[in-house]
Amino acid sequence: MKLYFKYFAMQLRCQMQYKTSFVLTVIGQFISSFTAFLGVYFMFQKFYKVDDFTFPEVLLCFAVVLLSFSLAECFIRGFDTFSAIISNGEFDRILLRPRGLIFQVIASKIELTRIGRMLQAVLIFCYAIPNSGVFWSFDKIIVVLLMIIGGFITYTALFMIYASFCFFTTEGLEFMNVLTDGTREFGRYPLSIYGDGILRFFTYAVPIALFQYYPLLYLLGRTNNLLYAYCPLFCFLFLIPSLIFWRIGLRHYKSTGS
Amino acid sequence: MKKYFSFFRIRFISGLSYRAAAWSGVVTQFFWGTMLILSFQAFYRTDPASFTMDFSALCSYIWIQQAFLSLFTLWRLDNSIFTAIRNGDIAYELARPIGLYETWLSKDIASCTSSAFLRCIPVIILSSLLPAPYGLKLPTTVLAGGLFLISISLSILVVSSFRMLIYISTFHTLNPSGIRVIAVSFCDFLSGQIIPLPFFPDQVRSIVELTPFAAMQSSPFLIYNGTYTTEKALLMIGLQIFWVFMLLFLGKLWLSRSLHKVIVQGG
Repeated sequence: MKLYFKYFAMQLRCQMQYKTSFVLTVIGQFISSFTAFLGVYFMFQKFYKVDDFTFPEVLLCFAVVLLSFSLAECFIRGFDTFSAIISNGEFDRILLRPRGLIFQVIASKIELTRIGRMLQAVLIFCYAIPNSGVFWSFDKIIVVLLMIIGGFITYTALFMIYASFCFFTTEGLEFMNVLTDGTREFGRYPLSIYGDGILRFFTYAVPIALFQYYPLLYLLGRTNNLLYAYCPLFCFLFLIPSLIFWRIGLRHYKSTGS
Repeated sequence: MKKYFSFFRIRFISGLSYRAAAWSGVVTQFFWGTMLILSFQAFYRTDPASFTMDFSALCSYIWIQQAFLSLFTLWRLDNSIFTAIRNGDIAYELARPIGLYETWLSKDIASCTSSAFLRCIPVIILSSLLPAPYGLKLPTTVLAGGLFLISISLSILVVSSFRMLIYISTFHTLNPSGIRVIAVSFCDFLSGQIIPLPFFPDQVRSIVELTPFAAMQSSPFLIYNGTYTTEKALLMIGLQIFWVFMLLFLGKLWLSRSLHKVIVQGG
């Protein structure tokens, strides 16, 4: 843990070297997720509702997904840019050091510019929490926290799978973006609006709905089933296949030689 | 002119060699298009009266957008140009007897058209095979089809000359990613990448329609799916022509200004 803070401080100082660029990137991150918000806002100006969900209710969903995604992107960025680590030979150096591989990959890149997105998510929470008509009892606050943690874990696992593909292909696969960037984009609406097939896929195959749709139903009082509230905990199970996949990939690793 | 055409050809052909990337892109775009259509369908289901476009016209819009995505994504910038500016290779380029602006422009147009060329055909074929409201339909009239072809060619020029402004801005901040993210996300939104312009509130839309952003992807696509009448289409094409000249002029002016004070970093 101490070592992680060392890495963290190093990255921080590194990124502060280009201050203007850092600030611009943070603003850029803020604006880029802000346009997504604006898109939702404009749609609700015309339609007021989508299926049964009102604007603040959808925003709860939006903020959970955005916050958990940007947390993962900030702290697990090493896996996201893993193709670069492999192709420039950095991974060979990592293999030589006497520390855990996963730890080193995670610690090697911390993308602080994602603060822009997190700030955005927090602001949306500030609007949505009082306006969503939810009675905020203690257990509901716990559920929101669980949703964010579950989302963070799910995206971490997805980034790891993405990185494991790089062992085979060296390049990242654009296809995986559907599951990472794609779910961030489409997760701004409750997944049920996309129909049953999509909802089932994102429940059993990739557990996005487990931290987004089901606990939301509990928050909004549409169900009293406690199973729905604790759904995000199942996201931890998703780490198992991604770790297995990482192991398989690691065994196949061949250095690029550069 | 001939030398710029050969720059175009070299970049175009080298772009064509990334076929595997193109296939994985096609899968991505197909999935992306489907999700977009499903989300719009949910709004349509909730309140069909407020839907400002025919639902099948919207599907056509989304498929044609996915097919030509790489023409209009502003993040698809040519990294070799950025590197040339940062590592000083630009000194060689300046020593050559060619116009820097024209060279960059032809390279940029080539790399985006070659990538679009590879990707658009499978997306168009697959999406036109989909059942009735969801698939890609042909334009309603031959005239609309012709106007679409004119408009999309103009919009390639608008987008590329706009990208040139992003390249040139690198002279002023050596690390371009900050500006890039801001420019890209704003333009994406205003050009109708996230939601088509007819879904914007009316006042906002009428202003955005005058900007170069509407001259990018929105005009050709709305001409294609029949949202714009012929008069409106001609008006938008006129605006596109205006913006092409405006952006080319601004870009050339800014580049020559920047070159006056260029300092080559190291050798």
